[in-house]
Amino acid sequence: MDRATEGYKLVMIKPQDHVAVALMSIPAGTELAFSCQDSRFEVTLLEPIEFGHKFAVRDIAQGEDILKYGEVIGAALCGISKGAHVHVHNLEGKRGRGDQV
Amino acid sequence: MTELGEGQFWGYRRADGSVGVRNHVLILPTITCATQAAKQITELVSGTVSFIHQHGCAQVGVDYEQTFRTYAGMGLNPNVYGVVVLGLGCETHQARSVAGEIAKSGKPVEVVSIQDHGGTLYTIAEGAKIAARMVQEASMLRREPCHIGELIVGTECGGSDACSGLSANPAVGVVSDKIVDGGGTSILAETTELIGAEHLLARRAVNDHVAKRVYEVIQAMESRALMMGIDIRTGNPSPGNIKGGLSSLEEKSLGASNKAGSRPLKELIDYAERPTERGLVWMDTPGHDIEQLTGMVAGGSQVVLFTTGRGTPTGSPIAPVIKISTNTPIFEKMNDNIDFNAGTVIDGTESIEAVGDRLYEEMLQVCSGKLTKAEVLKQHDFGIWRIGPTF
Repeated sequence: MDRATEGYKLVMIKPQDHVAVALMSIPAGTELAFSCQDSRFEVTLLEPIEFGHKFAVRDIAQGEDILKYGEVIGAALCGISKGAHVHVHNLEGKRGRGDQV
Repeated sequence: MTELGEGQFWGYRRADGSVGVRNHVLILPTITCATQAAKQITELVSGTVSFIHQHGCAQVGVDYEQTFRTYAGMGLNPNVYGVVVLGLGCETHQARSVAGEIAKSGKPVEVVSIQDHGGTLYTIAEGAKIAARMVQEASMLRREPCHIGELIVGTECGGSDACSGLSANPAVGVVSDKIVDGGGTSILAETTELIGAEHLLARRAVNDHVAKRVYEVIQAMESRALMMGIDIRTGNPSPGNIKGGLSSLEEKSLGASNKAGSRPLKELIDYAERPTERGLVWMDTPGHDIEQLTGMVAGGSQVVLFTTGRGTPTGSPIAPVIKISTNTPIFEKMNDNIDFNAGTVIDGTESIEAVGDRLYEEMLQVCSGKLTKAEVLKQHDFGIWRIGPTF
């Protein structure tokens, strides 16, 4: 996992992930540049991201699987733009969904 | 004085060869009706512990057996010197049967029953007399050098946040690997919170049977939510998990599985069952903190490593629970309850390996007698995973 060099702390775990995690609260409009292994990312935050929360590092299509740790953590409920907050409002878990049986 | 070698701590050796890190006399109520009398004995006699629960009667089948195994396991835990089993008399979980199971270990066990002894006050007096004698006997034991190869260490995360999978859980994974490499046993549990990460653990199973069992327990747990016709997210992740940045059960699970380090998965055991293998073992428990903790302690865990991002007070009556914060702010805010800070990984001031090494040393100190904060605050949590209705 690699860290940003811009003074804001964040972590992106695997280069194939769709999200990175803010390790401090970061205001909207912040331009972040960071790397994960050999991949470089430049993201402008569309919303403020609180400590521990996730933002998209690339555009995600509706229904697409969302990866963190290089693994599936759920699917996109709607299209998610790069720089947007990714959480329960736009990511749904796919497991234990008794409501969909 | 003997010097301790690498991987050693000061422990109590028991008649059956097991090693305790504490030397409690347990007042064990095997029926809810006896819990108040048990609690009053602990107030009279120093050196005794007990717990409150609501079970022990009108239970049948596998649910009866699981509760029985939990009671017996608490008494059999090597941290317990001796046991006073407290019953009522007419209940399904007979105190005498539980005592018989515990006695096989060779430790002192006696039974007091409220109906046989003519009511609460005589029962408290009789139980207290026996307990007082056991406490004095227990105090004669001396700690001796023991090795981590003799430990069963429970691992747990409760009140998780987005940092859990980045700092404290991987640090526990480092300790888990050290325990396994030293010949000891590390328990991974909370099956609910491994839903979504099961393929990673099944790949590490030592054989096809264990890998198959991984998928079976996951499917059984997930199907409970499916049968209820609800989204499991209505209960897990919890509101606090979500506030901390976790969006789905899968995300929480992937972070939780980091506690298991990197060693092969040797065995999959039932709730409150004693591992038969050394190494990394998976106990099938729910994600509920106290039910999981109780299952691992009844399964023989002498010490538990418990990570938390939101902060919890959790402790056990008989096993030290070392609470490890995932972030520095919660360590400072809930310092009454949290023993160890892994938030330095998030702060960028310490590596996961360095935190793991520091945690391993802390665990050995606790095993040698250093009290955890939950012990100092008498946080005696106990809860059985019930798998059938009460009749």
